[in-house]
Amino acid sequence: MSNQKLPKGMNTGKKINVKSLGRVIKLLFSFYPKLVTITGICILVSSVVSSIPAVFLQKVIAIIDNYFKQNKGNLGDGIWLVAKKEIVPLLIILASMYVISIILMTVYSLLLAKITQGFLSKMRQKMFGIMQNLPIKYFDTNKHGDIMSHYTNDIDTLRQLVSQALPHLLQSGIIVISVLFIMLWYSFWMTILVIFGVFAMLFVSKKIGGGSAKYFIRQQKSVGITEGYIQEMMNGQKVVKVFNHEEKSKKEFDRVNEELFNDGFRANAFANSLGPIIMNIGNILYVFCAILGGILMFVKVPNVGISTIVAGTFVPISISIVVPFLNMTKQFTGNLNQLSQQINSVAMALAGAERIFELMDTKTEEDNGYVTLVNAKEVDGKIVETDERTGKWAWKHPHQADGTVSYTPLAGDVVMSDVDFSYVEGKQVLSNVSIYAKPGQKVAFVGATGAGKTTITNLINRFYDIEDGKIRYDGININKIKKSDLRRSLGIVLQDTNLFTGTVMDNIRYGRLDATDDECIEAARLAGADSFIKRLPDGYETMLNNNGANLSQGQRQLISIARAAVANPPVMILDEATSSIDTRTEAIVQRGMDKLMEGRTVFVIAHRLSTVKNSDVIMVLDKGRIIERGSHDDLIAQKGTYYQLYTGAFELE
Amino acid sequence: MIKKLAGSIREYKTPVFLTLFFIFAEAVIESIIPFITAKLVNSMQLGEADISFILKMGGILVAMAVASLSCGGIAGYTCAKASAGFSKNLRHDMFYNIQNFSFKNIDKFSSSSLVTRMTTDVNNVQMAFMMIIRIALRAPLMLIFSIIMAFVMGGKLAIGFVAIIPLLGGGLLLIAKFAMPAFRRVFKKYDRLNESVEENVRGMRVVKGFSREEYEKRKFGDASEDICKDFTKAEKIVALNGPLMQVCIYFNMIFVLSIGSWFIIGGRSSIAVGEISSMLTYGFQVLMQLMMISMIYVMLTMSAESAKRIAEVLDEKPTIENPKNPVFDVKDGSVSFKNVNFKYQKHGKEFALVGANLEIKSGMTVGIIGGTGSSKSTFVQLIPRLYDVTDGEVAVGGINVKDYDLTALRDAVGMVLQKNILFAGTIKDNLRWGNENATDEEIIEACKLAQADEFVSTLKDGYDTYIEQGGTNVSGGQKQRLCIARALLKKPKILILDDSTSAVDTKTDALIRRGFQNYIPDTTKIIIAQRISSVQNADLILVMDNGKIVETGTHEQLVKSSEIYREVYEQQTNGGEDNE
Repeated sequence: MSNQKLPKGMNTGKKINVKSLGRVIKLLFSFYPKLVTITGICILVSSVVSSIPAVFLQKVIAIIDNYFKQNKGNLGDGIWLVAKKEIVPLLIILASMYVISIILMTVYSLLLAKITQGFLSKMRQKMFGIMQNLPIKYFDTNKHGDIMSHYTNDIDTLRQLVSQALPHLLQSGIIVISVLFIMLWYSFWMTILVIFGVFAMLFVSKKIGGGSAKYFIRQQKSVGITEGYIQEMMNGQKVVKVFNHEEKSKKEFDRVNEELFNDGFRANAFANSLGPIIMNIGNILYVFCAILGGILMFVKVPNVGISTIVAGTFVPISISIVVPFLNMTKQFTGNLNQLSQQINSVAMALAGAERIFELMDTKTEEDNGYVTLVNAKEVDGKIVETDERTGKWAWKHPHQADGTVSYTPLAGDVVMSDVDFSYVEGKQVLSNVSIYAKPGQKVAFVGATGAGKTTITNLINRFYDIEDGKIRYDGININKIKKSDLRRSLGIVLQDTNLFTGTVMDNIRYGRLDATDDECIEAARLAGADSFIKRLPDGYETMLNNNGANLSQGQRQLISIARAAVANPPVMILDEATSSIDTRTEAIVQRGMDKLMEGRTVFVIAHRLSTVKNSDVIMVLDKGRIIERGSHDDLIAQKGTYYQLYTGAFELE
Repeated sequence: MIKKLAGSIREYKTPVFLTLFFIFAEAVIESIIPFITAKLVNSMQLGEADISFILKMGGILVAMAVASLSCGGIAGYTCAKASAGFSKNLRHDMFYNIQNFSFKNIDKFSSSSLVTRMTTDVNNVQMAFMMIIRIALRAPLMLIFSIIMAFVMGGKLAIGFVAIIPLLGGGLLLIAKFAMPAFRRVFKKYDRLNESVEENVRGMRVVKGFSREEYEKRKFGDASEDICKDFTKAEKIVALNGPLMQVCIYFNMIFVLSIGSWFIIGGRSSIAVGEISSMLTYGFQVLMQLMMISMIYVMLTMSAESAKRIAEVLDEKPTIENPKNPVFDVKDGSVSFKNVNFKYQKHGKEFALVGANLEIKSGMTVGIIGGTGSSKSTFVQLIPRLYDVTDGEVAVGGINVKDYDLTALRDAVGMVLQKNILFAGTIKDNLRWGNENATDEEIIEACKLAQADEFVSTLKDGYDTYIEQGGTNVSGGQKQRLCIARALLKKPKILILDDSTSAVDTKTDALIRRGFQNYIPDTTKIIIAQRISSVQNADLILVMDNGKIVETGTHEQLVKSSEIYREVYEQQTNGGEDNE
């Protein structure tokens, strides 16, 4: 998935917010309080435990060395028996530490696998859950590719963070601190040298790391541009062919490709050099430590360290301190190197986390509606609520003032009065629109693109909220109706069909989840889709992928009509529902549609005038205003815009 | 496959060799460094070292570190160049080959899969390539060095490895073997999950319209949990890598210490104390390298899939190629179909087009009417040779389309596809696709003809208005008109409109057609349409049904003779007589 927009944190070059890291950790804890704690403790203990054996190792070697020197010439089994008593217990302690460390490591590795994946799954679900409740506006104003990348790129960076970077940071951090402490314990002088070395490393990695970050950001940008170009050209490949545009598109591609190469090359060159450089600074530091140790030994400068302060004796440094110190230097720089390797992925993860939190913090759709849709039946002329599916519905309207509940039968009476609306402030899309649709009436909207036809339907189902005016549904202000119930009572069929992965049957059932197979087939028959579905390889069980790519546009449209039909709503909105169906098929669909529309309030948007002709009322919209309204015959008689539109095609030729 | 991909390294062979060389040098130095440090520590421990010895050894070590640093740095640089260059060339080669694809090739891959192949797959291969040239040589090299050094230094103590290496190697292989298919499965599922999110985002109006938010959450939750389970399983297998490695290192340490002390103190061997510590160092290195090798193995097998997918694109031969001695001049806009049969798949059973015979004279206007799936688009796509006929012959200007130079033929045939696409860039940029050197006047003229000038001039930036990728900031009807203008700028001898005015209102549609008649009378116009009004005045109308031309004639003839045509006509005019 590619999108030309970059992760926001990277794009603007603004400082990455470290707060996101805190939030990620907090969430981690809230999802798995116990497991995360256990894992943390395991990592902590195992890091400490794994830095202790070095001491025992040194001790064993010292003992061997001692025996070796003292008993030169007469080494043999006799001495071994004596030495064994000293060495074996140490080895057993060492081995048991190793066992502990391995057990801890196994435990936390397995736990980490569980935590990482569980965390990602929960984050995805949380994000998805919030996304489902975001207003349509969010989807209209954000690129889909961009929304998608929250689930791909951004989540992937979190995976890196939780499974690799955080545990490594913790582990290396602990080792660095504990080693530093041991070093201070042994000798201040030599520790100072090591700290100088660390500064050198920090300096270099900042220089190189900074350069690499700069180019990584650039690379990211080039990747976006290149992928965008590739996507555009692949989608338009047929147009490229038709216009013989191959050479030109190659030329342009070479340009963006070269740019990506340059940025990628630089970013990686910096990143690749960081490892060897830090490692070798470590090597050099090691040498300097050896030299300093040697000098200190010869010059016999009194050694100062926590141990000497505690003991109160200040003797010159000895080989028994220098050698373990050298080993520690190695361990120390090795872990610093590890830390430096994690910095990039932490930075990336923070940028990703920030974007995820941004989505999560977006304000969700508000719903203060309290009027709900319930199954109803009539008892003694009164409407009563019931649990069974009666096919009859009523609005349950609790009145806060006196605590009573009234029931209004669902009829499909829609009234809009004096509605104003704008998507962007200052750009009025609808002005003063009033519409009256009686139950069972067919209301059509005609007008140029951008006249506001679709906007009206967006307001009825509250995809967007009106600014001024009122919309009443069966006499109830739609703001009082619970959104999900309001939308349940409105069936929509849009020009852009969207089918979901699943069987044809699943897709039809989407309209009403508890519909039986027979009901779904009945709906398909009504929509005129039954005959082609039956001819599909697996009939109703044919799998649809990729928005029904294996179907023609018209067939997809028919399924979406069937989907709306099975929902059996009292009000239907058909937004260019038949525009992709050829006229011949439409003739077939029309019969189904007529049946479908029977007894329902229907709002129709179509540019094909034959589709709207037999409507009860036709509204002609222009620039957000209703300029003409009436039946087909009325409007023809008026000889206004509708008349021109209708006859235009014929009189011109 | 590897050979095919390696062919794309080309001018980056030098950096590849340089990388290999410097990595080799670095590995050699790096294996010697512990040898020298061991010597230094040993002599210090034995009290044999004086300052000058330490300085001498220190000097050598610093020099080696600097050398290793330079080698590592240079290798990092050349490696970055080699891998970035390799991926650049891969993308280049794929893109160039795709430009030669025919429609059939494109259909085979689908554009979204081509995008993934050129992006994700190339990235994977680039990463693997970098790994190969940086580590694949280094790790075995270091392994061999370390083992040799271990034997040289530790003698019999090195036997410990003999026991460990097969254990570790076998264990790692086993892990890789189990983990890989598990990961492959997971990634497939993961892709599907992302597809379903995409579906959800795209269909948000449907989801909300049917109040299916909770249902979608449940569905997604289940899928996510399912992946979580599989993923955890796969990751757990890999998580065993670390402990296994640790077991081996620790085992080696205990082994070296216990056997070593027994050897030395028991007087069984003449090894020195220092040798024990260097054995520990080398032991660690050997195991590290084994770990690296197993990691590479996993990486390689995982990217093998990507490599295969890239090779498929590179190997794809265009199904349509230029003839040997092509004809460059298209005489006129006449078209003839002789007994043309066509099917999309070579071995497919169903013919998309059967027995098409037709003569179109230059300058004629031909309308095509027919239901979805009647092969109208297929029919016209044979004219500019976007597909090759299965049997029979299509001729333009009296010459078989297969004999023309492809560019010349397609320049002479202007086509507005059903799936219109505008590209990111200004309106002018887009229109110049039709003719690179078109003057502003020509552009405006074409737009006037396509009835696009009117709305373009109301835009703030007029013809310099920036069109977003995919043309999302113009309406469907506007897009169609711009696409027609783009085709007109080619000044083609044949103009084909494949349902290109469906989103344009009838009045504008009529104006466009009238413009055609008045301003490009000599161009052959072939118009596929849903509306009868769009083809009513054509010189010849074809009625297509189920891959066949079932009827031809003028409007008047067809209204009388063709049942299908009459049915559509009546449906669109509701009987016709109540219209004036």
